[in-house]
Amino acid sequence: MADRFPSPFDISTPDGAEGWQELYTYSSLFGEERRDYEDAAFWFHDGVHWPEALTPWDTTFMEFAIASLSQYNTRHYLIPPAYGVDFRILNGYVYLSPVPAPAEEIEARVPLFMERAGFYFANWDRLYDDWLVKIRDLVKEMTELSFVSLPDMEEMEVITSGAGKGSGNELLASYHRLLDLSLTLWQYHFEFLNLGYAAYLDFFGFCKAAFPSIPDLAIAKMVAGVDVDLFRPDDELKKLARLAVSSGVDGRFDAGDVATVWEKLESDEAGRAWIAEWERAAEPWFNFSTGSGFYHSDKIWIENTEVPVGYITDYIVKVKEGVDLDRPVDALHVERDRVVGEYRELLDSDEDREAFDAKLGLSRTVFPYVENHNFYVEHWAHSVLWRKMRDLGKVLESAGFIADTEDVFMFKRSELADVLWDLYAAWAVGAPARGPGYWPGEIQRRRTIHQALKEWSAPPALGIPPEVVTEPFTVMLWGITSDSVSAWLNSGEGDDEGVLSGFAASPGLVEGPARVIFSADQIGEIEDGEILVAPLTAPSWAPIFGKIKATVTDVGGMMSHAAIVCREYGLPAVTGTAFGTKTIKTGQMLRVDGNTGKVTVLDS
Amino acid sequence: MSECPSAIPFGTLTTEHHPRVGGKCASLGTMSQAGLPVPPGFAVTTRVFRDAKAHSGSEHRLVEIVDGALDGLAVITQDALEEVAAQARELLMTWEIPEEHETRIRQMYDDLCRLSGLEDVPVAVRSSSTAEDSPDASFAGEHDTYLWVCGIEDVLEKIRCCWASLYTGRAIMYRHELGYDHDKVDMAVGVQKMVRPRAAGVAFTLDPTNGDRSGICIDAAWGFGEGVVSGDVTPDNFLVDKVMWSINRRTISPKTHAHLLTEVEGSGHPRVSRVPVPEDRVNAPSLTDEEILTIARLARAAEKHYGCPQDIEWAVDDDLPAGQDAVLLQARPETVWSKKHHAVGAKPDPMASIVDTLVNPLYAKRRTQPA
Repeated sequence: MADRFPSPFDISTPDGAEGWQELYTYSSLFGEERRDYEDAAFWFHDGVHWPEALTPWDTTFMEFAIASLSQYNTRHYLIPPAYGVDFRILNGYVYLSPVPAPAEEIEARVPLFMERAGFYFANWDRLYDDWLVKIRDLVKEMTELSFVSLPDMEEMEVITSGAGKGSGNELLASYHRLLDLSLTLWQYHFEFLNLGYAAYLDFFGFCKAAFPSIPDLAIAKMVAGVDVDLFRPDDELKKLARLAVSSGVDGRFDAGDVATVWEKLESDEAGRAWIAEWERAAEPWFNFSTGSGFYHSDKIWIENTEVPVGYITDYIVKVKEGVDLDRPVDALHVERDRVVGEYRELLDSDEDREAFDAKLGLSRTVFPYVENHNFYVEHWAHSVLWRKMRDLGKVLESAGFIADTEDVFMFKRSELADVLWDLYAAWAVGAPARGPGYWPGEIQRRRTIHQALKEWSAPPALGIPPEVVTEPFTVMLWGITSDSVSAWLNSGEGDDEGVLSGFAASPGLVEGPARVIFSADQIGEIEDGEILVAPLTAPSWAPIFGKIKATVTDVGGMMSHAAIVCREYGLPAVTGTAFGTKTIKTGQMLRVDGNTGKVTVLDS
Repeated sequence: MSECPSAIPFGTLTTEHHPRVGGKCASLGTMSQAGLPVPPGFAVTTRVFRDAKAHSGSEHRLVEIVDGALDGLAVITQDALEEVAAQARELLMTWEIPEEHETRIRQMYDDLCRLSGLEDVPVAVRSSSTAEDSPDASFAGEHDTYLWVCGIEDVLEKIRCCWASLYTGRAIMYRHELGYDHDKVDMAVGVQKMVRPRAAGVAFTLDPTNGDRSGICIDAAWGFGEGVVSGDVTPDNFLVDKVMWSINRRTISPKTHAHLLTEVEGSGHPRVSRVPVPEDRVNAPSLTDEEILTIARLARAAEKHYGCPQDIEWAVDDDLPAGQDAVLLQARPETVWSKKHHAVGAKPDPMASIVDTLVNPLYAKRRTQPA
């Protein structure tokens, strides 16, 4: 077994991707100036959130997210053993490295952490209620941002109101504002999350000490909420499907394409009533990404209505077959109580039961945030931000700076301010801008590079692994443990051919043909009874879970959003296999053991 | 009490029947009622014994033989005892099972044959005397048990042999010493299928490697469980979570030998012996996932029934239909880990505990064995 991963400095540039470094912020690249530090560290590829090569602008949310996460550990709550998580981009892929607090500082950080984190735990419910207001206000402010082409002449009102400033100023300010709001969004995201995980880890550790063999998912099940916002979009689809059947408009969905379906619905009262219900559900619940929400290319339901309408059409068929689509909420509550009650009874003493009750109680206090924040941030707010960026893209497209709206994501975040300056200054002067001659060619070059990067396969880790992975958030958020690191080191040595190991994320044992899917666009290829193999699965894929027999992912741990949905649907799942989509081919027979985390290719 | 039936399957034997089925059968009935599937069979109640006695018209003769002979003696010699016992047994063996009862017993044996898919299913015919109910006397082993009894004629014969075993020398002596009235002790008989295991073994309702009470640990091998108990085969090992019912660990061992039933020429009795396992089964799991979970649930039911961790012996009977083929052979309290305390001892202050979790994360800790 190898004892280290390749150095980031030994990774070569894929053919056709020469000059890729120019696509990303200079501070996010590996470089000679920090080589000693970078070469001595352990870096893992974050395929949970960023499985594919990023376009230049899409690095924005990655950088904002990881810096914000870090800031709370390092500067707000002073998590005793952990600083933040360092981040780099290599060949377009995201690599992360947890930074431990220096050993000599840990003791001094303890009382500060207890005071600061203690305040949040003690006032959690009030602060979380405030958070829900803050996040809605923030999304509202994002929604109000406006990006429109600069006028040939300012309105008379600008003169008469004595505004003293014009549309160009506004355009530049709006872009700055969009970036500021985005960073605030990510600050809010991590206001509670690290503490939520800390409380959960404490309960988790207690359970593992009491019951060394307890499955991780049993612990998750005791804490997890039953009524979670992440299930709302799917629940709304089911409601709409039922309404279509009960109000007799279901036949109109046979038309297939959304435009025709809509036209038929609008033709009468019942149809219009259904559309009114759709609109009520769509804001905010269909601001739902088909991916992780971190890619501009992820499809958002509200803008790609063929996706939710397709799901509704499938659900209509089930409603008519008499299938009960409701999540068995009461049964789930009963089951959760049973699991808690039985483990509790097995504890050794009343002192242990008291500690168990207290830790479970705190975990359940913090968990609604852990479960729900994702919808508000990655799905809802990001959907709004991607829309605003496209509005900005249209401005640049009509000014001839770019050939296509989507090209706006080929600019770096800070570069875009300069581009807008170019646009503004030329507009102000009344002379040609440099952009229209410069950018279309440059963007073409960048697209070629990005395409080459997309075809590259990112190694799961780089550098020198720690003897044991101890950083709590690495374990919790990314599912990276000493075991998974050694599994990566062992891979390719052929000692267990045809067998992949990952997390036993959802129990059960099944066999079936594989369907390898790389993105949400391919969801339509999935057939009944297949085993889904994907880099990761997004919660918005929920409707396909009624078709498949099991799920295998490359990345993710016990608490990945996908694992939650799989458990919900009672499907076996093995997550974090690292090489699933590389090893398995569509059509191969697989055995997926969600009890042990093993995936066996039966006809390799 | 309504009139007692002549024979009652263990599965429907309730406490109401206990006074009429003897200690052994009452215990089998209690286990069945608690969801502990003992090998199937039925109890032939004391009603049959009493009716046979009444029909024989030799009740007084029996009292004369036993009490009359022994009461007159100052010292009971072994010879005198054996003489009396032999006479009593001879008399009992003349008793006939009344026809209505015999019909019922034939029907029950027939049901057992049908359930097992065998023409003359081998059964154990066990004595179950009412004196066994007594809390101050065990009577264990005082009466006879007959193994590998095949065919209804032999079963009927052995039922009468069990009756007769009320009057072995040592049983008479035991009752005599404890002051029991011989005439008040009745004999019921248990007729129970002999298990022919496809796989068998033991199970603990905790993980014996670390005392984890949430685990059920199963050792399993092909054939009879003797090899697992004695250690002359290396069993497969499975660890099941008793709350989630997931199989958390499975170790498939090379099982080169198995204890199987072999016919011994001329003896009429089959015998269990250690034989090599066909190559294709050596490394195959000896239990399916479904069987693993069934046995785990059976062990958990025993733990709940007896109120403490259990060490059980179980078998999957090849003759019984799927779903009814996992049977409990024996249950006794687990004694090693149950006596130890292994409290977690978390810091009572929640913040201090969280700091502890963050500074000394679980993943950095070596799994330690509690002392």
